[in-house]
Amino acid sequence: MSELENKANDDPGGGAHHGINNGPEDDKGLGLGVIFFMGAFLVCFLSGWLLFPKLLYSKKEQPFNFDHSLHVEEIGDCETCHFLREDGTFSGIPGLESCMECHTDEPMGETDDEAVFAEEYVAQGKEVPWLIYAKQPDCVYFSHAAHIVAGGMDCKTCHGHIGETSSSRPYEENRITGYSRDIWGKNIWGIKKNSWDRMKMDDCADCHLEEMGHKGYCFQCHK
Amino acid sequence: MKIDRRSFLGLGLGAAAGIALSPVGVKLTDDSSIWTQNWPWTPVPEDGEITYDRSVCSLCPGACGISVRKINGRPVKIEGLDDHPINNGGACLHGIAGLQYLYDPARIKTPLKKNGNKFEKISWDEAISLVAGKLGEIRESGTPESLGLISGADNGSMAQLFRRFMDAFGSPNTYTMPSLESNLALTAAALHSADRSLGFDIDHSDFILSFGAAIIEGWGSPVACIQANASRHERKAKLVQVDYRLSNTANAADKIIAVKPGTEADLALGLCAVLLAKTKIAKDSLSGDVNKLAFSAMLEKEYTSDKVEAITGVKAADVEALAMAFIKAKAPVAVPGKGRGDVGQSLREFAAVQALNALAGRLNKEGGVFVMWPAGYLKFPENVMDDTAEQGAGKAKLAGSVTELVDKLEKDGGLSALFIYNANPCYALNNTEKVKAAMDKVGFKVSFSSFMDETALKSDVILPASIFLERLEDVVSGAGLAKTVVGLCRPMVKPVFDTKHPGDTLILLAQAMGDSIAEGFSWDSYEACLEEVTGDIWDTLSDDGYVVIDDKPPVGTPVTDFTFLSSAPKIDVPMGEGDFTLVPVDKMRLAGGSMISSPFAVKTVSDTVLSGKYSVVEINPATAGALKDGDVAVLKTAMGTVKVKIGLNEGIMAGVIGMPRGLGHTFNNPYVAGKGVNVNDLIGPVIEPGSGLDAAFGIKATLSKA
Repeated sequence: MSELENKANDDPGGGAHHGINNGPEDDKGLGLGVIFFMGAFLVCFLSGWLLFPKLLYSKKEQPFNFDHSLHVEEIGDCETCHFLREDGTFSGIPGLESCMECHTDEPMGETDDEAVFAEEYVAQGKEVPWLIYAKQPDCVYFSHAAHIVAGGMDCKTCHGHIGETSSSRPYEENRITGYSRDIWGKNIWGIKKNSWDRMKMDDCADCHLEEMGHKGYCFQCHK
Repeated sequence: MKIDRRSFLGLGLGAAAGIALSPVGVKLTDDSSIWTQNWPWTPVPEDGEITYDRSVCSLCPGACGISVRKINGRPVKIEGLDDHPINNGGACLHGIAGLQYLYDPARIKTPLKKNGNKFEKISWDEAISLVAGKLGEIRESGTPESLGLISGADNGSMAQLFRRFMDAFGSPNTYTMPSLESNLALTAAALHSADRSLGFDIDHSDFILSFGAAIIEGWGSPVACIQANASRHERKAKLVQVDYRLSNTANAADKIIAVKPGTEADLALGLCAVLLAKTKIAKDSLSGDVNKLAFSAMLEKEYTSDKVEAITGVKAADVEALAMAFIKAKAPVAVPGKGRGDVGQSLREFAAVQALNALAGRLNKEGGVFVMWPAGYLKFPENVMDDTAEQGAGKAKLAGSVTELVDKLEKDGGLSALFIYNANPCYALNNTEKVKAAMDKVGFKVSFSSFMDETALKSDVILPASIFLERLEDVVSGAGLAKTVVGLCRPMVKPVFDTKHPGDTLILLAQAMGDSIAEGFSWDSYEACLEEVTGDIWDTLSDDGYVVIDDKPPVGTPVTDFTFLSSAPKIDVPMGEGDFTLVPVDKMRLAGGSMISSPFAVKTVSDTVLSGKYSVVEINPATAGALKDGDVAVLKTAMGTVKVKIGLNEGIMAGVIGMPRGLGHTFNNPYVAGKGVNVNDLIGPVIEPGSGLDAAFGIKATLSKA
């Protein structure tokens, strides 16, 4: 007989019918329920806070790093590249043509990113597929002109200190909606400290209420 | 340790509580709602630079200025052009849906050749040499006059270019489809002089007497007419509508005069008789003393108010009161042309209404009728014609009108080849079966269509045309407008398919034929041709997008000759048998002629016009008998039998059946074809002696429960 079998035979469970009906066994059952409750609660609670946001968003890298601070230093303010057109529409992320007003297919600096830009995009005449952190759903109509020109607002109010960054942070894409994490905000519970932390409808409404005394009408943004 | 029911309960509750106190629920709810809003099959236009380009809409004869909104060069919206002399910023639903025609499922994407019952794709080179070869054979056989042309409109450089080709080829057989414009030209020719047209200054009139003209449902230049009507209240102008059903125009009118269908001419003549008998006619505005003319003798004898009452059903007292109200107004105008004024019109009726304008001294007066000169802005170089051309072109035309041509072709042929441009006779003419049979008698048919419509389906070769958004063209206003404006239609987008400008096609064809024909068409392209022939106005035209040729009343009073009216025979319409008279009804939302409604326009048609697959016919409850609203009924005329739905309507005269025009297309476009019936299928043409017009405004019909 092997050691294992010996052990099995020594098992006190040989008395299988022992003590099945006594009271303290019931109390132990309730205790187990509480333990299971606590365990499940903790696992789900912590996953909800810690794991879920990680799972919900996938990380994507920009095609190459873009140094905002360097560009601002060299050529001026935001409007040089992200300008309003004559008809009031916003040009958004500049196309390759705008970049080529300064850049050529010879890299201007020493960085690898500059080389990637010059070789893969400028030389091949290909638009850079930038990932846009601030892209709103198509059902939202937003006029930059109304905010910048008429409202006299600063880019920072909504976009933060993006002009001072020297590297592009990873683009976190919501796996369900496909939108950037910047819209909901880094804080999973949606709590914000700065005006640029989130870009949800309520954030627009809050600011409108503060500035205009009214949250605005549906059709102002949903046209 | 033992795992029992409580443990499981604890596990479940714990998990639920844990999730509830984490952001998972809120976040997932938010995200899934955004996800549903962004389902990928929702079409969303790209972002980009917005530009606006000016052009002219040439879907209908209205010639409205349009502004095309583009994003990154792609057209996304058509709007009316502000401050344009015709439409002043307005646009109709056909115009704003113009972009749908670009991608229409029925568009012809490449040149086609018929092989048996099927079309096969061919290259442009093959197509041109095929057509040029066939035409060469016809010319060599010495019968160039056996080439015919049916086109949609008679103005602008494209019409002249086609006519030039026919001349150089040697054929007089060019025909235009009936239109308000051509009917007005015939009226001017019958009463005043040839080569003139009539323009109605509805904008400045204070008393508009409309003989069934659908002023707000597509008569003339639709947007201009709708705007003229809209400003009526402001300028205190009255509208009196002579009609047999409560059309939208009648509904908007100050007064409706109900007449029996087909007796509008008699009412107009009755009004003329009252004016002659009771008032002093502005004699100096007429040629000679009108009282001595056969015309006035006829009016005196045959159009007493009592007789007019018997014919038209309008009370004698009302006839007299209407005539007096008309003459007493400061700037009255009488407007002819039932519905859109194109198909099913009698020249006698047009002429009678124009006679009323003449007798009231309303010719060439502000707010009246302008007897206009043609817009002579085009100067083509002299054509080159060889002996064959001279001989052929000098021969007599086969027929006086397109309806007569159909009649002639069906009976004994006469054409060995036929060009069809901007026209869909197999749908738009009455008795389409006969038109199709007539087409079969022509050996070789060449279509310049953009869409595989009923007529293109009958063709042997199709040289597909780019649509108005893809091409350059001068567009001349007409259609009863009291001004002449030439607009420039410009390409808003590169041709979506392998199509060509029909002007370029014609030049290629002429050059392929060689000799004298090629000499007359020595331009590099249609664009070069247009620039040359528009000469003086080209610069303004290309800078501003339009040129106002004339917007003032023509000088002097034109001579009016009433001979046609004093001898105009009354035609015996409607034909056939039955208790009812079936009449077509023009609707703003449905295009009727060679233009085909867009999917958007068809979507806006109400279910009192089109219900499922059925056309809804209007009948008066008093004559409905056992038929109830919404019943499916069998409608029978001498031309055919169809099933329709009944729409009881107290706004239509008893005994009359109103059927919407513009439905029942039978080509490959699931959004437009297979809906309702084509009213033209049910009506037989009645050719009016003296004008050649198809004057069949309706036909006798029976209606019984299906």
